[in-house]
Amino acid sequence: MASHAHDDAHDAHHDDHHHELSFWEKYIFSTDHKTIGIQYAITGLLFLLFGFCLMMVMRWQLAHPGTAMPVIGPILGSLPVIKDHFPGGVMSPDGYNEFGAMHGTIMVFFGIVPIAFAAFGNFVVPLQIGAPDMTFPRINMASYWTFFISCVIMLASFLVPGGAAKSGWTSYPPLAGIADLGPAYHWFFNGQSLWLTGMIFNITASLLGAVNFIATIIQLRAPGMTWMRLPFFVWAQFITAFLLLLAFPPLEAAGIFQFMDRVFGTSFFMPTGLVVQQQLTDWSGGGSPLLWQHLFWFLAHPEVYVLILPGIGIIAEVVANNTRKPIYGYKAMVGAIFVLGFLSFIVWAHHMYMTGMGAKVATFFQITTVVISIPSVILITALLLSLWGASIRFTVPMLFATAFMPMFGIGGLTGIPLAFNTVDLYLHDTYYIIAHFHYIVAPGTIFAIFAGVYHWFPKATGRMMNEFLGRVHFWLSLIFINGLFFPMFLQGMAGVHRRWADGGGADLDHLTYELARPVLHWNPFMSYAAFLLGAAQIPFIFNFFWSIWNGRKVGRNPWEATTLEWDAPSPPPHGNFDKEIAVYRGPYEYSVPGAETDFTPQSEPTGSKTPVVAPVVHAPLSAH
Amino acid sequence: MQIPHEVTARPDTGLYNAKLGIWLFLASEVMLFGGLFSGYIFLRLGAEPGYWPHGLLNVPVGTFNTAVLILSSVTVVLAWASLKMRQFSRYKLYMGITILCGILFLVVKLAYEYPQKFTHFGVFIKKDALGKYEQYLGNQHLAALKLDPRVEISGHLLDAPKGSHYEKVAQENAEHFRHLLHEGGAEHGEHGEAPIVTTDDPNDYVIQLDPANANPTDPANERPSFWAKPQTMKTAVVQAADIDGPHPSMYIPRHSPYFAVYFTITGLHGLHVLGGVLIFIYFWGPGTELYRRNPEHFTNRIEVVGLFWHFVDLVWIFVFPLFYLL
Ligand code: HEM
Ligand SMILES: [Cu+2]
Repeated sequence: MASHAHDDAHDAHHDDHHHELSFWEKYIFSTDHKTIGIQYAITGLLFLLFGFCLMMVMRWQLAHPGTAMPVIGPILGSLPVIKDHFPGGVMSPDGYNEFGAMHGTIMVFFGIVPIAFAAFGNFVVPLQIGAPDMTFPRINMASYWTFFISCVIMLASFLVPGGAAKSGWTSYPPLAGIADLGPAYHWFFNGQSLWLTGMIFNITASLLGAVNFIATIIQLRAPGMTWMRLPFFVWAQFITAFLLLLAFPPLEAAGIFQFMDRVFGTSFFMPTGLVVQQQLTDWSGGGSPLLWQHLFWFLAHPEVYVLILPGIGIIAEVVANNTRKPIYGYKAMVGAIFVLGFLSFIVWAHHMYMTGMGAKVATFFQITTVVISIPSVILITALLLSLWGASIRFTVPMLFATAFMPMFGIGGLTGIPLAFNTVDLYLHDTYYIIAHFHYIVAPGTIFAIFAGVYHWFPKATGRMMNEFLGRVHFWLSLIFINGLFFPMFLQGMAGVHRRWADGGGADLDHLTYELARPVLHWNPFMSYAAFLLGAAQIPFIFNFFWSIWNGRKVGRNPWEATTLEWDAPSPPPHGNFDKEIAVYRGPYEYSVPGAETDFTPQSEPTGSKTPVVAPVVHAPLSAH
Repeated sequence: MQIPHEVTARPDTGLYNAKLGIWLFLASEVMLFGGLFSGYIFLRLGAEPGYWPHGLLNVPVGTFNTAVLILSSVTVVLAWASLKMRQFSRYKLYMGITILCGILFLVVKLAYEYPQKFTHFGVFIKKDALGKYEQYLGNQHLAALKLDPRVEISGHLLDAPKGSHYEKVAQENAEHFRHLLHEGGAEHGEHGEAPIVTTDDPNDYVIQLDPANANPTDPANERPSFWAKPQTMKTAVVQAADIDGPHPSMYIPRHSPYFAVYFTITGLHGLHVLGGVLIFIYFWGPGTELYRRNPEHFTNRIEVVGLFWHFVDLVWIFVFPLFYLL
């Protein structure tokens, strides 16, 4: 670790005496939570970009159905396997399904969760609670590499005969059960089977991570770091980890079932008498496609909170730091997040109103769904009220955090009508749904991710990211992301279905669905907004790499923040802290009356107050 | 760098790290098996009457395996307790027994129970053809007792249609059957008819019947029954046209949702047993090196794998009644 770039004079004495880590141990098969966090971040960001590219190709098809995308189309039309779905560079309906299914899967399971949960959680949580590392560093490493295998499987599935999975990120059987099977396909190396295999690895990685996060937060809090002194970000990660731990295994079970259906010909999800292309299929039948939907949404509803909670956690940190005052209603927020976590397990069937579950069952899920919006509203309200009367520092992270609130608000509020069976029967599977959750995940979670990257970048690298480029990135992203997603509400309310491979028709003279007529013109508009949104990421990507080497150097606490991670050197060495760490106060003591500065770090002892130190003594950290 | 609370408990939580870790892991395992069992419940409740077989499995063998697992759960605790008292050779003994129990369990499953299924054949009869096979199904009798109808004829396959991939198995079975006939001449023509081993129609199936199909009205053949009944020497001819579903099969996962869940759940459970046994073997052999360096740490590890083992045992406690008894 001695070769870490130290910029801080305090670190000079900090040296490792016994074991010099090799390059492989340090950067590749590392057990250090910070390295693993960065590995997750880089992999996740790459997948986010990749998933975005898949979507841009789809958006071209929606804007100009049946034409080849300039430059990209001919390239795709010449790549092995992929060209089968791009005859003459034009996206075929199969290609649209393939890219769509993989876009959803990659964004959710390979982009957002790895970044928002695994990357930020790994990097920040141990630092914020004053721990030297995760409780199980080697399991942590295993988690990343299991995830890595799942990434390789998913990417490889694009290149097997028939291409990657095409049945949506939800993989509903019986469609997913019959997809990619037959003489033209390998029994295992086909899109859908690889999707299932990849997901099983992905889930396993999440489970390993979740165990580690929870154990770390329970066991490794520094002396004095009582539960109600935890930064809100840590709470968010704690609840998220529980959601992953308990919601993911049923999907693993479902994945195993579907895999059995495909590979061993069982009939978990295959109904009796299934006929495909006038042929009775080989399955014995007796299975239930609805069983899959239940198991899937039992995971996937909690999963949507996995997507958003870490984001809210990041926003809470950024808001407190930049408003220079405690977040409003910390305790209410902690309570809300608990309630949210619990309720998220009993709302899943609101994704299944169309399945004819009967009035009683639908009523139950309607009620729970409406109830769960209460804690969500508490969270967003508390964040909004934190802005009240603050002298806000509009740093780049704070810009993203400020935008997060109304964007998340739009996404959340548009979810409430969906809670009601009658409304949802009309809106289900339209672009309205796409708009609803994208508002939460894209200008919501992804903006939170950006806020987090700008906020913790100096901790990870010892350098600031460029402020001007950050602002350019922010404003362009904000404009184009709304241009991309807002018209989806209008299209959805007009009845445009979310999975039409031509978006409703090439133009008004060539409509495939008459109902698309009044809203068809939004298709090109949204697509160009998407391309421009893509272009708006260039300043970010440039800024990110440029700043690693050329950003302004900073010390431990460039944001004048209170939480413990800012007590460690930037970047923190292996083992994190170069001094004994103990906690004497809550996480957001900003602008405390009578204090010398407008921030009082958690580690700062007070003369007047006696420090409350939990009866826990860490092994001295200096004794490496 | 040293992670705190690796060996000693954190005072305010009362746990060392690995113990908390295993409890969390087990919580997720509960959800995994919860998901699997919910599949069982969902499919069973959704099955049409008569399509969910009961009592097909061998109860004494299942009971034996249950006892083996429970015994191993006891010995693993004794192994841990011996370590707590720092009696290393007793630890080796108890852990050795635990390992043997685990292996015994797997052997019974893999060498006896599974193969038995793979040689058993069953066909579901189409609804409109049930009457034709009344003598094997006894549905009037069952209806009088208000029981679910019987729709399956099962046993050993003696003749399969030309070109079916069971042709070879059927030939072997038929040979064996003829051999038995030859030996026990008494059974020959029990009901005044010569047992049929082949049929003229190449599309027919000939099945050496299970007792429940041979004497469907005999209450002694009602399932479930504790003792497995031997195969009868009676045979039935089933015409391919009367068979429901795309194609009949041996008792393999694709046969029916019942066998699908059975093999999936017991298979995953078996993998857990195997995993446990491998870890135990490690801690019985090379892993004991840790005991010499840090006996407390080693003891903790045994406690943790012991907890895992109890969980594996617990899953079986659900598997056994759900599949063998109900
Ligand atoms: C504020 C309370 C919320 C309510 C009442 C709500 C309600 C709903 C309902 C009823 C649906 C199903 C619509 C349908 O398919 O017909 C839905 C879909 C969805 N929601 Fe929400 N939601 C809320 C918040 C969230 C949050 C925080 C996320 C986080 C990312 C989210 C993500 C999603 C996703 C991804 C889908 C679509 C899944 C799919 O069909 O592919 N929702 N929402
Ligand atoms: Cu939901």
